[in-house]
Amino acid sequence: MSAAEMIGIFIETLIVVSILMLHVSYVVYFERKVIGHMQCRMGPMRVGWHGLLQPIADAIKLFFKEDIIPSQADKPIFYVAPLIGVLAALGSVAVIPMWEGFSIANLNIGILYILALSSVGSYAVILGGWASNSKYSFLGGLRSAAQVISYEIAMGLSLVGVMLMSGSANLSDIVHAQAGHWFIFTQPVAFFVFVIAIFAETNRVPFDMPEAETELVAGYATEYSGIRFGLFFMAEYAGMFVMSAFAVTCFLGGWSGPAFLPGFVWFILKVYAFIFLYFWIRATLPRYRYDQLMGLGWKLFIPLALANVVFTALMKIL
Amino acid sequence: MPGTYIPTDYFPVLVILLIASAIGLGALVAGILVRPRRPYAQKLTPYESGNPPIGEPRSQFSVKFYIIAMLFVVFDVEAVFMYPWAVAYDKLGIFGFVEMMLFMFILLIGYIYVWKKGAFNWE
Amino acid sequence: MTLQQIYFGYFATMMTIISLLVVSRKNPVHSVLWMLVLFVHMAGLYLFLNAEFLAAVQIIVYAGAIMVLFLFVIMLLNLRKEEKEFRLQKQWPVSAVTAVLFLVVLVSILGKITVLPELGEYSIDMINAQGSLMTIGNVLYTKYLLPFEIASVLLLVAIVGAVVLAKKRIE
Repeated sequence: MSAAEMIGIFIETLIVVSILMLHVSYVVYFERKVIGHMQCRMGPMRVGWHGLLQPIADAIKLFFKEDIIPSQADKPIFYVAPLIGVLAALGSVAVIPMWEGFSIANLNIGILYILALSSVGSYAVILGGWASNSKYSFLGGLRSAAQVISYEIAMGLSLVGVMLMSGSANLSDIVHAQAGHWFIFTQPVAFFVFVIAIFAETNRVPFDMPEAETELVAGYATEYSGIRFGLFFMAEYAGMFVMSAFAVTCFLGGWSGPAFLPGFVWFILKVYAFIFLYFWIRATLPRYRYDQLMGLGWKLFIPLALANVVFTALMKIL
Repeated sequence: MPGTYIPTDYFPVLVILLIASAIGLGALVAGILVRPRRPYAQKLTPYESGNPPIGEPRSQFSVKFYIIAMLFVVFDVEAVFMYPWAVAYDKLGIFGFVEMMLFMFILLIGYIYVWKKGAFNWE
Repeated sequence: MTLQQIYFGYFATMMTIISLLVVSRKNPVHSVLWMLVLFVHMAGLYLFLNAEFLAAVQIIVYAGAIMVLFLFVIMLLNLRKEEKEFRLQKQWPVSAVTAVLFLVVLVSILGKITVLPELGEYSIDMINAQGSLMTIGNVLYTKYLLPFEIASVLLLVAIVGAVVLAKKRIE
């Protein structure tokens, strides 16, 4: 690898990450607009035309907020926790193929790479909750850790079905394997389990127990303020964006689509359609109870994903 | 050193992790430069809806969490065994199917045992 | 120095330093955090040996599962008490003797290791052509069938053990 190639990769990555950051901030705006309209409100309207500059105003506001660190907090871990979250969420985007032949890193173990980073991401929440030295935070962190690890198995097992169908863990190969029919049609059970699992994994409604405003105030983020809270917030939305892109790649045919639009446009449209599903569910469903959530994960989704693996393997032999 | 090589495929991963840390650190540093800092004792107490905090915040919690973590390790290893199997399945054929069924059957015994013992019930 | 030596040198040095940090932290949660960094470096070394899959497993299983278990255990115990206690327990003479003996063993085998064993069938080019998952799948589920099935029995024992231990603690 020559120095020119290295600089090329650096610039390419920088551009992709900057565009991702822009999308992440506008996902927040999109969420507020979608939910607003679903509740017969307008959503943000004041800053810029139809509130279009709202995300930027919010970011600037967070920078100017005082940073409060509880006196009994474990400072080093309190500092590091949000950074782990950002690292895990933004790092996952590296293997997502955005159009034919382009992903930042074309790894053979693409699926495992995302699974690995998402398991590292759970440290942000559990360590942030622990370091704050507050009861709400500690409970939120614990709950989140148990929830994330429970659903990670269901997520991994549902992806085994995808790997069986495509014979690869490389995300570009998986998109190519869906040329005839998307895996959402050939692997509907895996898709169902996967969608539920990523909702739990990204701590979104109806599985937002770690934050649960009404019972845990804000869970692991209770003691975080200013830009530190902003980083947690960014990690959550970036994680949501990346997981949506992951779902699109594995089940909805990635960048493929009718030729009148370029692949990248199809990819982004599908990702936003999936993100819309997140918001639609948030506006529709109440929060689950924690014991129900854990029971559901272990007693329903793991056996369902395993049954899907057995069924898919059987179908491939016959 | 034969048998070893520089994993150049992973160079972009290193780059993106560096950029992500730069974004995180950059945001924190920018925050330090512009934000006010006026702490006083009450402001720095943990939030408990306005009351002074009582007792140890990191109090002991249910042993359930421990069981879940333990079971997670086991089932995670099971899932890890399935990834290479799924990828190589086309070559393994019926033989691969039968051996994975055996593997899953043995683990199913454990799964049923755990279920019967009520470890999945979050009372 | 070749690039490979620099790569290995960085990871080996960092792993040694981080290991020392892990065992010397007073707060066990800090140790866990350093161990997370250690595992990432170990994954880097696996990549160096062209074992992508093992690198991913190192993070998924060790960092993602086993360290979370450690964290839960540390949090389950009352941490404040541990912090204040004197760290050199009374069994330190035994530990010291063991450490010295281990050092003797290490030094005595120093010259006897075959540093560059003959390369086998699975060369880097071959594995890269097939993909690391495919290669492992083909070998593990045919040649090493028995160990694979025994692993499931081992996991079964672990499941039963976990439940029995924890149930005892509840009652």
